[in-house]
Amino acid sequence: MPETAPPPPVPHLLPTLPNALIMTGRSLRLSRRNVDALITALALPVLLLLIFVYFFGGAINTGTDTRYVTYVVPGVLLLCAGFGSSSTAVAVTEDLKGGIVDRFRSLDVGGIAILAGHVLASVARNLLATALVLALAFAIGFRPRATPSAWLAAIALLVAFILALSWLSAAVGLLAKSPEAANGYTFFVSFLPYPSSAFVPTDSMPAWLTAFSDHQPVTPVIDSLRGLLLNQPVGTTPWVALAWCAGILVGAVGSAGVLFRRRVG
Amino acid sequence: MPEAAEATDRAAVTEAAIEATGLTKSYGGTDGTRSPIPVLRGIDLRVPPGTVFALLGPNGAGKTTAVRILATLTEPDAGTARVAGYDIRARRRDVRRAISLTGQFAAVDETQTGAENLRMMARLAGLGRAAARARADELLARFGLSEAADRLVRTYSGGMRRRVDLAAGLVGEPAVIFLDEPTTGLDPRGRRELWDVVGDLAARGTTVFLTTQYLEEADQLADRIAVLHGGVIVAEGTAADLKARMAGHHLDITLTTSDAYLRVRTRIPHATHHDPRTRTLGLPTDGTARHVRALLDELDPTGTDIAHFALRTASLDEVFLTLTASPAPTSDASPPPSPKEPTHA
Repeated sequence: MPETAPPPPVPHLLPTLPNALIMTGRSLRLSRRNVDALITALALPVLLLLIFVYFFGGAINTGTDTRYVTYVVPGVLLLCAGFGSSSTAVAVTEDLKGGIVDRFRSLDVGGIAILAGHVLASVARNLLATALVLALAFAIGFRPRATPSAWLAAIALLVAFILALSWLSAAVGLLAKSPEAANGYTFFVSFLPYPSSAFVPTDSMPAWLTAFSDHQPVTPVIDSLRGLLLNQPVGTTPWVALAWCAGILVGAVGSAGVLFRRRVG
Repeated sequence: MPEAAEATDRAAVTEAAIEATGLTKSYGGTDGTRSPIPVLRGIDLRVPPGTVFALLGPNGAGKTTAVRILATLTEPDAGTARVAGYDIRARRRDVRRAISLTGQFAAVDETQTGAENLRMMARLAGLGRAAARARADELLARFGLSEAADRLVRTYSGGMRRRVDLAAGLVGEPAVIFLDEPTTGLDPRGRRELWDVVGDLAARGTTVFLTTQYLEEADQLADRIAVLHGGVIVAEGTAADLKARMAGHHLDITLTTSDAYLRVRTRIPHATHHDPRTRTLGLPTDGTARHVRALLDELDPTGTDIAHFALRTASLDEVFLTLTASPAPTSDASPPPSPKEPTHA
């Protein structure tokens, strides 16, 4: 490169997409080889399903004639999404521990591309876990009555939720000083499905908790999933759920961009 | 060979591969509760293309900060620098395309194979799939890692890791390579292997800028050495220049008794080393018989205090220790003491 050459007019966002895909390939390879974490990511959702259906299910009255396994599957799917997405924070913190982020940056790979790799790998891991949970759920009596388009809508919503939570988790990873801390921070996100309609109807909770449950992001997502899968009228709930996901996504990507520059700049 | 041709071009324009003026950087102090800690207090550097330059200094001297600024990973508070002909602020992207940085922390994935790491880096550098594969294979062969190409990096030895790390930095055929303490933590064999690699890079006309705490390493590898201490360059030149800045030779004397030791010790406050246990003192000399005789007479007029003496060439370590023994200069203090006048022990 002679130094008189004019700067190549490369728009800033152009290399982000191919770089993000290369980074996703990397994150997927890393996930595949982190066998312990992968087994946990797949076994935990399965265990949770079995626990809710067989340990608690018999005692829970959902107030409908739906079998508990059919009632609880959307909740278990979201619980798993929460657990699964939190590993994004750990992956991001692991990257920051070593020198690889500097190497990526010296190859002109932007922070968003690096984080997107972890996020997309997280989505892939979560979808695998979701498929596993659904397969098992069918085997133990889960009987949804969804039309194909409702299935598509439910899966799209679930992906949007996983995407939003994974980006949130990535942002948290940039805040955490160590992978252990990252793990701790994301733990509370995993608890959000409990005070919601995931496992029990919210009107069975104390009034103050119902108020919280009805207005937190997980409840509309669960209600939409359940409505879509059980072929019940959902009204505008899926839009509320999508709006929550979009809001979290925009906030998380924005703050991740800022935090990345602050952390490594 | 394209690298060689490029190097010739570069040499023809006689522009420095790295040129820095008045770089300063402080950390902390942004929250207003504590004052910023200056890390670099204004350093100037000039590295001609195709040469190996060593920035030498003890821990905490500011070496890594200097490298990160030149590699555009950190913004300097003040000062300017051009790397590979591009301004580090205005042409950051061009600088990044022209350089590679291998830092103190491994910048490859432990759970990818050597080949996967290199292919990934080559793809990020903009190569297509096939070209990336070819580039990775070529680099693995050049760094003696073909055998280990398909093993996970976490199974590599320390030396192999450092080599795959360095190889990963070379995928984009950079004109300027920054190596931040490349041999720290390596065993002697690993260090030797890495030295060979750096020598090979230099032979291909690549400009190498390395930091090190080891004088031996700077002496072995570098065309020019700058000594960084307390955020300023306290000496700069070839290894031979630096040695010559000291008197060049050392006279070690052993005293007959402890009393004699104490007596003579007070006469030479500028001793470069002193050890009451072995009753030895070291002092600089130009090595001529005249000077040595005069010194001995001056220190021991009665001819009874000095038992033995030995004359030897100053080691680079002594130069380094002399240059960096002073307390770090404070920001408002006078300029750093001239290395020609080591006035204290």
